[in-house]
Order: sequence, then C-alpha cells, then structure tokens
Amino acid sequence: MTSLTSENRILIVGNGMVGHHFVEQLHQNHPAAQITVLCGESRLAYDRVHLSSYFSGASADDLALTDADTYREWGVEFVTNAMVSDILREEKKVVTEAGTSYGYDKLILATGSYPFVPPIPGNNQPHCLVYRTIDDLEAIESSARESKTGVVVGGGLLGLEAANALKEAGLETHVVEFAPQLMAVQLDSTGGQVLQDKIEDLGVTVHTQKATQVIEQGRQARYRMVFADDTFLETDMILFSAGIRPSDQLAKKANLQLGERGGIVIDDHCVTSDPDIYAIGECALWQNRIFGLVAPGYTMARAAVSHLTGGDTVFSGADMSTKLKLMGVEVGSIGDAHERTPGAQSYTYFNQPEGVYKKLVVDGAQKKVLGAVLVGDTSDYDTLLQYALNDIALPEQPESLILPSSDAAPSLGADALPATATICSCHNVAKSDIVSAIDTGCCSLGDVKGATKASTGCGGCTALLKNVVDSELEKRGVEVSKAMCEHFDYTRQELFHIVKVNGIRSFEALIESHGKGLGCEICKPAVGSILASVYNDYILKNEHLPLQDTNDIYLGNMQKDGTYSIVPRVAGGEITPDKLILLGEVAKKYNLYTKITGGQRIDLFGARVETLPEIWQTLVEGGFETGHAYAKALRTVKSCVGSTWCRYGVQDSVKTAIDLENRYKGLRAPHKIKFAVSGCTRECAEAQSKDIGVIATENGWNLYVCGNGGMKPRHGDLFATDLDTDTLVRYIDRVLMFYVRTADRLQRTSVWMDNLEGGLDYLKSVVIDDALNINQELEAQMSTVIENYQCEWKTTIENEASRKRFRQFVNSQATDANIQFVEERGQVRPATEMEKKLGSNKAIPVELV
Amino acid sequence: MTATTQLAPQWCDLCGLEDLVENSGICALVNNQQVAIFTVNIKGEQQIFAISNWDPVGKANVLYRGLLGSVGEEIVVASPLYKEHYSLTTGRCLERDDVSVIAYKVRREGDRLQIAIE
Ligand code: SRM
Ligand SMILES: Cc1cc2nc3c(=O)[nH]c(=O)nc-3n(C[C@H](O)[C@H](O)[C@H](O)COP(=O)(O)OP(=O)(O)OC[C@H]3O[C@@H](n4cnc5c(N)ncnc54)[C@H](O)[C@@H]3O)c2cc1C
Ligand code: SF4
Ligand code: FES
Repeated sequence: MTSLTSENRILIVGNGMVGHHFVEQLHQNHPAAQITVLCGESRLAYDRVHLSSYFSGASADDLALTDADTYREWGVEFVTNAMVSDILREEKKVVTEAGTSYGYDKLILATGSYPFVPPIPGNNQPHCLVYRTIDDLEAIESSARESKTGVVVGGGLLGLEAANALKEAGLETHVVEFAPQLMAVQLDSTGGQVLQDKIEDLGVTVHTQKATQVIEQGRQARYRMVFADDTFLETDMILFSAGIRPSDQLAKKANLQLGERGGIVIDDHCVTSDPDIYAIGECALWQNRIFGLVAPGYTMARAAVSHLTGGDTVFSGADMSTKLKLMGVEVGSIGDAHERTPGAQSYTYFNQPEGVYKKLVVDGAQKKVLGAVLVGDTSDYDTLLQYALNDIALPEQPESLILPSSDAAPSLGADALPATATICSCHNVAKSDIVSAIDTGCCSLGDVKGATKASTGCGGCTALLKNVVDSELEKRGVEVSKAMCEHFDYTRQELFHIVKVNGIRSFEALIESHGKGLGCEICKPAVGSILASVYNDYILKNEHLPLQDTNDIYLGNMQKDGTYSIVPRVAGGEITPDKLILLGEVAKKYNLYTKITGGQRIDLFGARVETLPEIWQTLVEGGFETGHAYAKALRTVKSCVGSTWCRYGVQDSVKTAIDLENRYKGLRAPHKIKFAVSGCTRECAEAQSKDIGVIATENGWNLYVCGNGGMKPRHGDLFATDLDTDTLVRYIDRVLMFYVRTADRLQRTSVWMDNLEGGLDYLKSVVIDDALNINQELEAQMSTVIENYQCEWKTTIENEASRKRFRQFVNSQATDANIQFVEERGQVRPATEMEKKLGSNKAIPVELV
Repeated sequence: MTATTQLAPQWCDLCGLEDLVENSGICALVNNQQVAIFTVNIKGEQQIFAISNWDPVGKANVLYRGLLGSVGEEIVVASPLYKEHYSLTTGRCLERDDVSVIAYKVRREGDRLQIAIE
C-alpha cells in the first residue's frame, strides 16, 4: 500500500468521465495532491452518457462536468489537446504528440475507448462518421444538414441511441445489424423482436442479418451499401456504432500487460503490471472483462484513489444491468438475461397487442432471481434488480413479479431490502448509507440527496430512494405530514372551512393568519380555487392574479414552446355552421394548428401570448365564450344526438347537455369536472365514464356519479333512477357543491368517492335524504356561483389594464424568437430543437398578422 | 495570486415602475436577452428581482409566467412548464444541480427600473 505525500506528482492521461471522477475524488480526499491532467480532447470532461441530449438542445456547456475555473481552484493543472504518444517507464515520464514531456510519480491511464469501425472498403468517406465525442456530434450535425437519409451500422444500445439522434434531425433513418436481433447483449430474441417492432412503428427501418461488403457511390443517394446477400441500401450518411475497443495503444507500446483481445490488465486496486501505473474506466481489463458503463468506471476511480491514499476500497466487479428509454421505448436488462446459468429456468409474460414483453430468469430451485428482460414496460425493474442483487428469496409464485397488476404481486417494500442493498448505483449509495445519513440528522428527501448524492446521477433510483427515506423517517416517528405544503399545515378541506367561517377574502389574509412564508405553486392555486368556489369573484382580479397557475392567468393552456391553446366553449358539442366558419377563419388568420378534442370541441394551438386578446376579441364578438380548458372547473358536457334525430333516442339529450353545461360553466373545483348525457341506454356519449353521467330512460333520467377516464378509469356509480329534469339538476347541484367543499386538492370525484367514509350510500343519504341538513346551503351556494358567472375572456378584453398583461415584453414590440414552427400535414407544429438549430430552410418563423 | 479587477456594472434602463405587477412577473428585452422581472411583497415591502427568462429544462422563454413563492428561506419562481424552482436571488435551480439561470441586479431610478449589465 502506498501513502501519498504532497511531493508526489499524480499524472492523469485522459479527462473523460472516469478520469474526471478520479480527479474529483483525489482532490476531495487529498487536497494537497499535485495533480496534472492531460486531456486528449479540446475540452475538459463532459457527460458522455447524456451526449444525445445535444440533439434535443443541450449545448456543450450544458454537458460539461467541470470547467477551467474549478480545476484552477482545486490547484489541478491541465492541458487540453494533449494526446500522449509515449510512456517512458524508466524515466517516469510521458511525451505528447506535440513533443512536450511530463514527469510523474504515479501515472493514471483513463484513456477510455474508441468506436470500432468495421474494415469495410469505403468506410473512410466524408459522410461516414462515429458517435463518441462532442466533435463527432458537430460533424454529424453538419452532415445531417446535407443529408436526407442516414444509416446506423450496429443495433446495440449506442447504435439505437444514434438512430434516435438521426431521426430527431429529420432524416429517414435505418439501422443495419449484423446479428439476427437488436441489442443482442442485453435482450433475448423475443425481446429484440418486440423492440424492433416498436422502433419500426416509430418510423426507423431495421435491417437485421445484414453484413456490409462495400460502400460505393450511390445512384439515388450519396452512398450505396452493398450487403453479403447482394441486396443494397442507399443513404447520404453512415454512422458506425459497431462496438467499442479499449484505447490501449499507449500501454501496448510501453509493454504493459494487455488482455488477449485488448484492454489494460488491472488488479483489484486498478494497478497495472507496473506498480506505479494505474488504469481505470473503459480502457481497463479486470478479470478479463471490460466494463462499458460509467458506474463501474467510477468505482474503479474510487478504488485507485483509495489505494493511493491508504484506504481499503477495492474494485470487485460490477453489475451490468441497464434500464433505459430508447426513442420512448422502455428497455431493461438484468443479470443473466440469456439464461446461461446451468439449471436456470424462466417465466415469460408477452402481451403482443401492447408490445410488452417480460422475462424473469430464476435459479433451478426457484429461490432467487438470476436475470430479467423487460421491453415496453420497465416498471418492475427496480424491484427485480433488488431481488437479483441481494439474493432476496422469491415469493411463492415468482411469476407474480412480472404479471400486470395482479393483486398477488408482493411489492418489495423498503423494509425488505437488506442494509447492503445498493439504492443508487451511479453514486454507489447503499441503504445503510441512507440510514446513517438519517441517523446523523437528515430529515427530508432533499437532505438525504445532498448528504449522499443519491439520485443526482441518472435519476433512475428516485422512486426507490423516496420509499426508503419515507419508511426510515416513519420508523423514527417522523410524522409524514398531511399538510398541503410547507406554507400551510392544513388540508384543502380544512382551509375551505377556515376561509368560509372567517370570511377570509384574500390569500395574504389567509397566509398571515394561518400559514407561513410566501406560498408556492401548490397552495396558491388551491387557495385561489377555494376563494373562487366560495365567492366566485372575477378570477383575475388584481389580488387573485398571483394565485393562479399560468394557464389560469393567461386563460389558455401553455404548450411546450410557451405558446397557448384556445378552446372556446361548444356546449354539448353543438355548433352552428357560422361558428365553425369563424373558428376556421381565426385559425387561418393567426396560423393556428386545429384539432378536434376528445371533449367534442375544437382546439386551436400555437397562439403567441400577445395575440390572445385579439383572437379572443374576434371569438367573443362572434358569440363564443371561454371553454375553461385551462381551469380546474367544468370542462365539457358531452352529448349524443338524442331523440331529436336518433331513431332510438328517448329524451332530448342535446338540450339537457347544453343546459347543464351552461348552468355549471365557470364553477371552480378541486379538479376538473366532466359530464355527459346520453339519449338512451346505448350510451353513445359515454356518460358512465364521467364525473356526472346522465342517461335517458323512458321515464326521465338515470344519474351516475364519480366516474372518469384518464389515468385510472372508473365507471360511475348509479346514484338515482328515472329522475325528472328538475330533480336531476337539484341532485347535481348538491353533489357538486358537496364535492367542492369536502374534496382534497387535485382529487377527482372518483378518488373523493373512494375516500368518502360510507361511500355511495353516505353520499346518497347526504344528497337525497339531507342527512347533514345542509342541502339548502349547498343549493344556495351553487346559485351564488351561477349568478356571478362571467366569461373571463369577455371581462379581460374589455379591460385595457388586463390586456396589457398579455405583452411578451413590456419594453418592446418584438416577438419571442424561440417560437418557431414547421409545417406538417398542411398545418404548423412547433419546431424541434434540432430543427431550430438547423435553422433556415426547415423552420418557418410565423408571420405576425 | 493575480489581482482581479472588478468592473463597475453598467446600468441599463429596463422599464417603468408602473409596468410591474405586484406579486407577479413581467418580461423585458435587454440587448436581445429576455429578462424576467418579479415583484414580491415581503412583509409589506415590495422587492424586485430579475433573472433570465429562458427555462433551461422546458427550453422555452416562459419563466416570467411562473408562480412566485418561497421554499424555506429562498424566494423562488416555479417554472410554468415542469415546475422546477429557481432562486430569484441566485438563479440556482433547487431541484437540479446541472441547470441554473442568470440572476441580475436591478435598482430603482426615479420612476424607472434599471438592470446591471456586467
Ligand atoms: C385537448 C385534449 C386532447 C385532445 O386533443 O383531444 C386534452 C388535452 C390535455 N389534457 Fe386531457 N385533453 C382532452 C380530453 C381528455 C379526456 C377525454 C374527455 O374529456 O372525454 C380525458 C379522459 C376523461 C377524464 O378526464 O376522465 C382526459 C384526461 C386527462 C388527464 C387525466 C385525468 C385523470 O383524472 O386521470 C389529464 C391530467 C390531469 O388533469 O391532471 C389531462 C390533461 C390534459 C392537459 C391539460 C395536459 C397539459 O397539462 O398540457 C392537456 C391540455 C391541452 C390543451 O392545451 O388544451 N387530460 N383528457 C382534450 C380536451 C378536451 C376538451 O375539449 O376540453
Ligand atoms: C452516446 C453514448 C451513450 C452512453 N450511454 C451510457 C449510459 O446510458 N450509461 C452508462 O453507464 N454509460 C454510457 N455510455 C458509456 C460511458 O460514456 C463510458 O462508460 C464512460 O464515458 C467511460 O469513461 P472513460 O473516462 O473511461 O472514457 P471516456 O469518457 O471515453 O474518456 C477517455 C478520454 O481520454 C482521452 N484520451 C484517449 N487517449 C488519450 C491519450 N493517449 N492521451 C490523452 N488523452 C487520451 C479521450 O480523448 C477521452 O476524452 C455511453 C457512451 C456513449 C458514447
Ligand atoms: S393524452 Fe396526454 S398527450 Fe394527449 S392530450 Fe392528454 S395529456 Fe396531452
Ligand atoms: S442510480 Fe443513477 S442517480 Fe441513482
């Protein structure tokens, strides 16, 4: 074991992710160390793992892991563009290509790896590229600008990521793979096929079992790739991603021991065959294995630092399980995915229609998890990985671990994990580290993150970390608070009562008397909604304005690029030809994307904030009102055509739908509310999937309550039958107002009902039998709300001061230059970051009218 | 150690004080940079903050339309797109170490608001 003195010169060759991690760790453990870094690239270390985000807009700066100032502050000397060409072991120095030499006492090789380019004739032409560095990305970007088609050679993990980048760049994209399947290292053949189907659905063509013989000049495109089976593919650019090879040339020249197929041989301390030279990261070979992931490289860096500074951390291999999202397709692979362990057995779940495939590999005795393959749904990954890593005993029916939402599925609680369980593999944080962080005073998720760095890497462990932290805190009797947020120790329902009982009319007054701090995006809108339900003031009165989410302030839903959507109310889905024409004219004039919504009305997308008042002025003049698509309020009342036209209809469902929509429009609630009215039992309006559903009978109306679609669909419960219209309306008044008063924030009626003690019967007793003796009050409150209804857009455009809020800039007429559109299927859509970068020909700035 | 020279900031006109909206944000264009300006009422006193308007996560110019509030002692705006919090005093993103926004100095000058360009 060595002990470092401040005279020792530590020289690091290579400043990739692992080389940088070494510098950081050494500096932290031994601030006096004399560190020099020779960096082959033109820039200091950056995040290679997230390289692809460059194509979705991240800049080289965003990717940087460090900068010159930080290194200077740490006293680390560094030279960029310094490729080392020789190591002179006797003289203990290295020489760069430029001829400069640097002495060392200890030398660290962190030279990483380079992309393997198969020896195909024609592989060195200008548009034949690789994907490893920021410089490569710049080359790809400029080649893409002059290309229509792109081919990625290699269907492994990196190849598919590269394919995604080409697709984002707007190229017609192909993947050519030599093996019979994609991601052959991580997936079995069925998994590979499911992945291939999904990727092809996204518009990337996959060619498997194709061996490229030669790349020659193309007829239609720049190049023609000719395959061994005499077929060919034409393309303008080619990206090689056929595997990586360790950068071991330096070590080879210096006669360090290498593996048979390359890689610098290291021991558990990352020491090479020369005791003064270490190798870490992707250039290193440990027990005949190369580790092509960043986490094992980091562990090597820590082992090397530990050896240098007299610690006892060693490198003892690493788990190569991976979970990732490729073009939106979830893929996971754990341990022995290929069932290579003797006696291994497997369970599979294959849902072809939905493209979900899961395989669980267990040992012969069915006692433990050896591996898994997950395609299309990786929600079981964390649990399975913990089983595999910690040898946790399998449940009675191991298949329950991969079957969808079977109630039998035992969820692996945080308590079941052993103390040694790795929670965050990026930063090597075990459950015991989290427990001791909490023991030494951390009392929130944020504290634990700060103290352990857990979940600050790839982020994949966030949910698991939260479970462990919550459960540990609860064990210590830390109350898991039901408070709305850090500013109010009350639930929404409690605040509602406080507001009502004390007649409080503003957020300031409420936080002054019952809260603390300045509020936040959770409590402000919730209080705004309570104030609106109790008093139904104009929502954008100056004092209420700061309480609203931006959607409510600008009376439209913000889209991903900062523009807004416009959804006028079309009560019951009934619309006149003139109104349809007006919508069309407005959309045309302002170049808006037009779509029929799932709520029987029309959405116009892509309006810049400053055009909203003008657009709504036109709409309001044409007889439209706001549709409250932005608000936690009544959305739509869907209807079917009903007895007026339909040969089966038994009541006028359209009229009832329109009347109900007009009655409750503008009502603020804990969450959005949706209705539907069907004209007969055929139920074409899908009323049973709504918060309030009404279905016509021979004798009147059946009322259903508390249904919804969305994330967790729930059918409505039959509440009362054969009601006349007046009774129907009275019941709805009461149900809704009771919901508004008692539900929690962002609780839809379905969840409210499921949590209501006594459930449906209780609700019936309150609404029908007036068990609480509050029906009069509920109805009175509803009529106040109804009487005070105003179209927020009409009020806004009539008020000069309100209109001013819609300026993009207070000091300029300019427009936001980042908002750019491209045309697709005859309409606009937001340009992708890549399209914006490529600029000019593709992205079309929108003309202002 | 080499001595560092501190350049005096250059103050540029931003907007009128009457353009500010209490407890809300507005946006101004300075040298082609979008600046989000917030007025926060803290214990009865009106304080003004300015940060860049670019949301580095959502990749859109929208921060001025976010909700204001506090997280612990920190005065923050929540991005209207994905709700990350940015400190109005330092520009730090509370949820993510890898992104941040620029925080600018501002001052009142008569009935105008000025911003420091360094
Ligand atoms: C535009 C529209 C999709 C479309 O193109 O058809 C849409 C768009 C959005 N929906 Fe929806 N939903 C739309 C119909 C629906 C429907 C169908 C329906 O209403 O019959 C559902 C399922 C029915 C239901 O809600 O029970 C639906 C279930 C959701 C959910 C899940 C709610 C749940 O309880 O699980 C969300 C998320 C949420 O509200 O938290 C959501 C949220 C959203 C948001 C607000 C997401 C967002 O924050 O950007 C979208 C805003 C769009 C915009 O800018 O206007 N949308 N959404 C539909 C507008 C209907 C309308 O005219 O107002
Ligand atoms: C697109 C892409 C996506 C990836 N995704 C993931 C992922 O999701 N998860 C994961 O764990 N891993 C991923 N990886 C792999 C991960 O990036 C590597 O494991 C990690 O970067 C290895 O770090 P390293 O320092 O060993 O090598 P590198 O990061 O390659 O750094 C080596 C550095 O040494 C320099 N160098 C080489 N020779 C010399 C010399 N003679 N003199 C001076 N300098 C030299 C090189 O220029 C380079 O800068 C991905 C890689 C790529 C390319
Ligand atoms: S389903 Fe999702 S993507 Fe589609 S509109 Fe609704 S929220 Fe948006
Ligand atoms: S596993 Fe990547 S951040 Fe924890």
